[in-house]
Amino acid sequence: MAFDYKPFDYVSPPGLHSAEPRHPVVIVGAGPIGLAAALELANHGVPSVVLDDNNVVSVGSRAICWSKRSLEILDRIGIGEACVAKGVTWKVGRTHHRAQEIFNFDLLPEAGHKMPAFINLQQYHVEQMLVERCIESPFVELRFKNKVVAIEQCDTEATITIETPEGTYSLSAEYLLACDGARSPLRAMMALDFEGELFEERFLIADIEMEGEFPSERWFWFEPDFHNGQSALLHKQPDNIYRIDLQLGWDADPEKESDPKRIIPRIEKVIGHSDFKLDWTSIYTFQCRRLSRFVHDRVIFVGDSAHIVSPFGARGGNGGLQDVDALGWRFAAVVQGRASPPLLEQYNTERTFGADENLLNSSRATRFMSPSAGAERWFRDATLALASHADFARPMVNSGRLSIPCIYPLTAPDVSMMPTQTRPGATAIDAPIEDGWLLNRLGGQMLVLVIGCKAPEGITLPVLTLEPTPEISARYLGDAAYGIYLVRPDQVIAARWQDIEAQAIQEQANAIWEGRA
Amino acid sequence: MTLTLSKNIDDQDAAYAALIGAHQGLSEAQSIALNARLLLILCNQIGDMDIIKQAIQLASKDN
Repeated sequence: MAFDYKPFDYVSPPGLHSAEPRHPVVIVGAGPIGLAAALELANHGVPSVVLDDNNVVSVGSRAICWSKRSLEILDRIGIGEACVAKGVTWKVGRTHHRAQEIFNFDLLPEAGHKMPAFINLQQYHVEQMLVERCIESPFVELRFKNKVVAIEQCDTEATITIETPEGTYSLSAEYLLACDGARSPLRAMMALDFEGELFEERFLIADIEMEGEFPSERWFWFEPDFHNGQSALLHKQPDNIYRIDLQLGWDADPEKESDPKRIIPRIEKVIGHSDFKLDWTSIYTFQCRRLSRFVHDRVIFVGDSAHIVSPFGARGGNGGLQDVDALGWRFAAVVQGRASPPLLEQYNTERTFGADENLLNSSRATRFMSPSAGAERWFRDATLALASHADFARPMVNSGRLSIPCIYPLTAPDVSMMPTQTRPGATAIDAPIEDGWLLNRLGGQMLVLVIGCKAPEGITLPVLTLEPTPEISARYLGDAAYGIYLVRPDQVIAARWQDIEAQAIQEQANAIWEGRA
Repeated sequence: MTLTLSKNIDDQDAAYAALIGAHQGLSEAQSIALNARLLLILCNQIGDMDIIKQAIQLASKDN
């Protein structure tokens, strides 16, 4: 059934009537990234004001694929389990060429993780849950129908002018988080460059409502018979809603193609019947671009305002949540005076690196799906043709490489006989532990994980001691019999050792807080 | 020796990107010539005539 949009109340902001004291942080944009950032900061005890020019959640399903890492982040801010309960869990993708399945992948072939590889859940559901959580939080103040129209900043603060239905007021904040989306008005007001590639391709995206029996898998077709040599994607969402993406070609006229009279026959061909209702449609083109820097003095760009990718690979929303993950603990430490502003530079370094990996994967998938004439097209078609005769060609077929967290290039103590998947820079991998799940226990603090041995004497950091269960051994010890990990508040592995003294662990932790590691 | 049909390159996406990247900005004739040179180089690298014949046979399947 279609989503019931309930507008949020506009509340007269105090600043309209008398000047407000300076806020530690104002978040611009109440999309998934801005709301998640507010809740992440709330977890660290930082109060925030969230502004949005609108007063309803996302119109249309938009971001629907939430990765395992995103669900782990959402779990930390209290909605992960609700998202999984509401969403459609899937892990298998099938890629077809014409009528034949040429390749399939299983994103989470092993058990022993709290969160699934992926769920599909409409962005409006996620935003609704986040808004409700923000309303419950004493740290978050939501202000709908508050539109930022001007910004200026000095060494110590940013000041913005805000339009409301009742008039204009201004706010100042130590920091501003720009979570205002792909078309970021703040980015435009600050005249910042957005660098990268535009692709000449158009896709039709449609949500339909139907009683279907399609499995909970991602189905992708290259050159299917039902869609004249182009590509198509079918994906199941909750509430009997299905997402269909159809490649239209650059020559397609977006206005003409938006007409339901043209859309409905196209969809009938995909699903083979006409027993469905159109719920939402959109025509889109691709861009793979980013800001050269995400931190601009007192303004920090997070999510789509900082980087945009083509949708194949689900690296937009998921990449944005990874920004939130990397920013929250550092930002809290800076505004609470536990760390100095250079720590924020590490956010810039790590997330521009993460964005580049997402941009690389997204543009490669886009090139495969929408090759330019000549060699790009020959190689694409050759790969598809070989895929039915040769195993090696199948994984070369690229309909999107799905979002997984990048591994930050940290220079830190490491033990070579331990597994590469948990090396310094990687995100900690979940595992069942005695009283629940490892990632839940790690939480959002700097922590020492001690496996199969005693904690070093005199350690003052929080310690979690684990027995080497089969999952813990496979994921954290490898060929080692015991080990000690330092895990950052964003659950990224900071360093690992076998035999180490408390003092050395503390020094490594200090280096992280000082932005030196 | 038999032709390797299983995946034999760690980062296939990077290899693919390098291949199409080499063609960027070339005319069709230049692309064809590049592919021909590339094939000769790779055949020499393989060395084994048996393997080369099997590869030609596989590649010819779709013609």
